[in-house]
Amino acid sequence: MTELLAYAAARYNYWVYILLMLIGFYAMVAHGNLLKKVIGMNIFQTAIILFFLSTSAKRGGTLPIVGPEALAGGVAPAQLMNPLPHALMLTAIVVMVATLGVALAVLVKIYRRYRSFEEDVILDRL
Amino acid sequence: MIREHDSVIVRTVVRALVPFIQLFALYVVFHGHGSPGGGFQGGVILAASYILIALALGRAELDRLVQEGAVLVLGALGVLIFALTGALGPVLGAPLLDYEVLSLPGVHGPEARALGILIIEIGVAIGVAGALTLIFCRLAKAGEGEGAP
Amino acid sequence: MSVLLNALFLALLVILAVAAVRVRDLVGAVLALSAYGLVLALTWAGMGAVDVAFTEAVVGAGASTVFFLATLLRTVRTEQVRLPRARAASLAAVLLLGGLLFLATHEFPSWGDPASPASVHVSPRYLRLGYEETGAPNIVTAVLADYRGYDTLIETVVIFTAALACWVLLWRPKA
Repeated sequence: MTELLAYAAARYNYWVYILLMLIGFYAMVAHGNLLKKVIGMNIFQTAIILFFLSTSAKRGGTLPIVGPEALAGGVAPAQLMNPLPHALMLTAIVVMVATLGVALAVLVKIYRRYRSFEEDVILDRL
Repeated sequence: MIREHDSVIVRTVVRALVPFIQLFALYVVFHGHGSPGGGFQGGVILAASYILIALALGRAELDRLVQEGAVLVLGALGVLIFALTGALGPVLGAPLLDYEVLSLPGVHGPEARALGILIIEIGVAIGVAGALTLIFCRLAKAGEGEGAP
Repeated sequence: MSVLLNALFLALLVILAVAAVRVRDLVGAVLALSAYGLVLALTWAGMGAVDVAFTEAVVGAGASTVFFLATLLRTVRTEQVRLPRARAASLAAVLLLGGLLFLATHEFPSWGDPASPASVHVSPRYLRLGYEETGAPNIVTAVLADYRGYDTLIETVVIFTAALACWVLLWRPKA
């Protein structure tokens, strides 16, 4: 039992990320409203970014900002968070919001033409 | 069209707050070396300050302050600053994006690299701020001239 | 303490994500998404990813919400009440994907393990030599702008291209 708990404690974070991703995925496939699909896509993306960032976490670690001691070789990498996922995901978030803008622009165009965000209504009017 | 907010309190607070937000954005950009922050964060804060102007003081006020064409040019300029700084390397016989070619008298090695990082962070900030402001302007303007459904 | 906070944030994230998907009023859904973005920023700050949390607080809770609301300003506000088509098939696909990913977590290093494969390659070198080589004490900035400058350059181009696409898509010549 304690083994099982320890196993879960080491992994429950991942399970929650998967759950978030699935919530987004469900919204994308099951909902007919296009804006809901975009919301789902947003949740899906953030879940993946969450997962990437979690690979940078180190128990007992601190921020990846070093002091002058680094010049003397006094940095212990195990005590600082891994900076690489941070740098990659930082750009990914800004790209996410820029592409969100494009998605919404497409939605506005669709609405102008078909006067609806509902998938089946749009399919009827095509 | 996003109209001016009804409350005089909101309008006054936003008018007072916007310069500080923009100052903070600049601080975040220029202090990216030593503390959390940098071009992307500063850029989005800068864009947020313009979006705040539009939300509280109305689209007309934003149009008065910035022109869409100018924002587009600024966005392109940001990317260009980054790309040209990176291209200095190959021009001067070093790898692409090698900032050590920025060595000036008294500035070399890591200092030249820090200078290069600062320049491209400024480029990123201008580019990101321009891009996000432009997207907002376009989306907010999209429905103009049509009756609400 | 930080473990408890992390668990609390994760629980909030799930609740807000479900709310954002389930609420029929689209403005309500967007606001739930905004709250989701804010809690996400807090989660990342707790994880030590302050630079990312910083960006997400502005972008997730601020800019993207405003983009959504600007879209909703002139379009419909509510999602029409009807049962999703092929609901069983969607649920099956979601559960299958979830099951596969769940099984895959068995192979993962335990969360926050300093010796996990992602943390023992390149990044120790960045941490040890980053300040010395680039003069930037914030190693995230050093990686972003110098070691991975290529990546960042192209990302900036992508962002600008997205803005351009948005501009062109909603272009309306004056009649």
